[in-house]
Amino acid sequence: MKIKDKKKHWEDNVLKKVLDKHPERKKDFKNLSKIRIENLYTPADTEGFDYLKDSGFPGDFPFTRGVQPTMYRGRLWTMRQYAGLGDAEESNKRYKYLLNQGQTGLSVAFDLPTQIGYDSGHQLAAGEVGKVGVAIDSLADMELLFNEVPLDKVSTSMTINSPCAILLAMYIAVAEKQDVDISRLAGTTQNDILKEYIARGTYIFPPLPSLRLTTDIIEYTSKYLPRWNPISISGYHIREAGATAVQELAFTLADGLAYVDAVLERNLNPDDFVPRFSFFFAVHNNFFEEVAKFRAARRLWARLMKERFYVQNPKSMMLRFHTQTGGSTLTAQQPDNNIVRVALQAFAAVLGGTQSLHTNSRDEALALPSEDSVKIALRTQQIIAYESGVADTVDPLAGSYYVESLTDQMEKEAMAYIKKIDNLGGMLAAIEKEVIQKEIQNSAYILQQKIENKEETVVGVNRFQDEEAKKSHKLGVDPEIEERQKQRLAELKDTRDNELVEKTLDNIKKTIHNQENLMPAILEAVKAYATIGEICGIMRQELGEYRESVNI
Amino acid sequence: MKKIRVLIAKLGLDGHDRGAKVVARALRDSGMEVIYTGIRQTPLQIVNTAIQEDIDCLGLSILSGAHLQLFPKIIDLLEKRSKKPLILAGGIIPSEDTPALESMGIRKVFGPGTTTREIIDFIRNELG
Repeated sequence: MKIKDKKKHWEDNVLKKVLDKHPERKKDFKNLSKIRIENLYTPADTEGFDYLKDSGFPGDFPFTRGVQPTMYRGRLWTMRQYAGLGDAEESNKRYKYLLNQGQTGLSVAFDLPTQIGYDSGHQLAAGEVGKVGVAIDSLADMELLFNEVPLDKVSTSMTINSPCAILLAMYIAVAEKQDVDISRLAGTTQNDILKEYIARGTYIFPPLPSLRLTTDIIEYTSKYLPRWNPISISGYHIREAGATAVQELAFTLADGLAYVDAVLERNLNPDDFVPRFSFFFAVHNNFFEEVAKFRAARRLWARLMKERFYVQNPKSMMLRFHTQTGGSTLTAQQPDNNIVRVALQAFAAVLGGTQSLHTNSRDEALALPSEDSVKIALRTQQIIAYESGVADTVDPLAGSYYVESLTDQMEKEAMAYIKKIDNLGGMLAAIEKEVIQKEIQNSAYILQQKIENKEETVVGVNRFQDEEAKKSHKLGVDPEIEERQKQRLAELKDTRDNELVEKTLDNIKKTIHNQENLMPAILEAVKAYATIGEICGIMRQELGEYRESVNI
Repeated sequence: MKKIRVLIAKLGLDGHDRGAKVVARALRDSGMEVIYTGIRQTPLQIVNTAIQEDIDCLGLSILSGAHLQLFPKIIDLLEKRSKKPLILAGGIIPSEDTPALESMGIRKVFGPGTTTREIIDFIRNELG
């Protein structure tokens, strides 16, 4: 109370005089999540804050300060650059290069035909083969992709959703060929289908059967791949599609709740699978908002798990996450400025306690990144890790009146959204009613308007522009790749045991209808060198395909 | 005055529809009739919609990098069916590809950072 009174006194006597003469830059300071930012934060803003209840200690409930007791003093975050292009051989070279540069985990980008279950020869794949990631048609490609990469020593993250079961099965098959015990496999499959309908768009099947596939994978890995993160519940794409930080937080955790609910229907104990859930967030430019978002995410997830699912294992309450700097914050204008944006964002992710981090390359608003740009992006992380000193103590921003107050507010606002989604009948229902999609589209539109009327500044775009000629480079994805890939596919179909392929595909069809877990059947088909297109073809036929609404 | 009819089309397999949707809404709010195709449209689907909807302007959005393969197909199909809308493109298109695209009949390529106002003005200017 004393501080409140004193602050009032200061406002009336000291501040007012200055403001009368020199008003502030803006009438109202608000972040994009519409949270009002005060001129000054004092202990009065965190009244009611209970350190032991709301912060606690790192590695302990509610994990606000971090999921491990030692955080980066023990081990730095995993520096994991998303990469993959062209064919499997070329990507394999890039992975070996990155591992030699000191990168500590792999992150596989697949091309779009692979992501939506078409072989390279499919008519819809024309022009897309090997473009935004590596083209994988069958186990033969996957064997090349991880050639001489010891799968028991690296951890691999795969950005794959609709056909996730197939790619995971291929990874398992490669490991078996390398004589690696599959229980030792470490890594993550994105496998987050709900956000595909909301934001990312690489869905194949309708939501309900897709959710079954997601659940099959979670169930399977919980039994056979104990070190695998079967799902990476992703706010990244939600944010990139236009959501605010609060919306990103809320919708991601709401997706998480939907997955827990879905797996619980298999009569599993949440403590058997929730500990392996992982998350994936974006980090944008508003530094403190981002740090607060990560802190709030951990606290809110821990509370939700405890209160809604009565989990016992502390690991079920820990929100572990990967972060990627915000692609949509990069500008095509003055692309070198992006190096600074990325550094700032990466810094916020580290102060937010991320477990792994991808830093974007400066040229990603123009094309896929060049090797030079990727190196700068990785070096950015290394400078933060080894030179800045921020990794030397745990959660250094805790106790900041501003950061704690913002952490509280973001948790509250996110919870308000989650309650709204509960009232709509959960995330699946909210997606089907397009409520979430509309919220995100609205936020994207509002931000665009703010940029156009200069309420929001984008340096080099709507202020401080240069009369520069826009330089852009094209990453040379070899145009021959599509042909080569098609040829390889044709050869494969000539040399494999086609009867066996038919048999395994038939078995997938049967398994779809008898409601058993699909993973074993898919693994059999993959080992027989059935292609992604063939397996997804059967599944499309039996499960149906999703069509989005086109309302704007 | 007859409203300008615009088709915003998402070509290719990627799901990056933020830009297409923002542009579609801005054009609609500026008084145009806007039809949005949704993602993953083939050239043939787009041209069919363009003809059914009798559009004046076709906005092609692509971020997957397949523009040089896919745009010519659309232009070809439109020519075969004697439909000549104003064709614009946006998304992630390297500037070195712009001359080739313009010579095949794309009137303008709008890059990242373009305001919706610029696009609205351009369309009104061309079709006004």
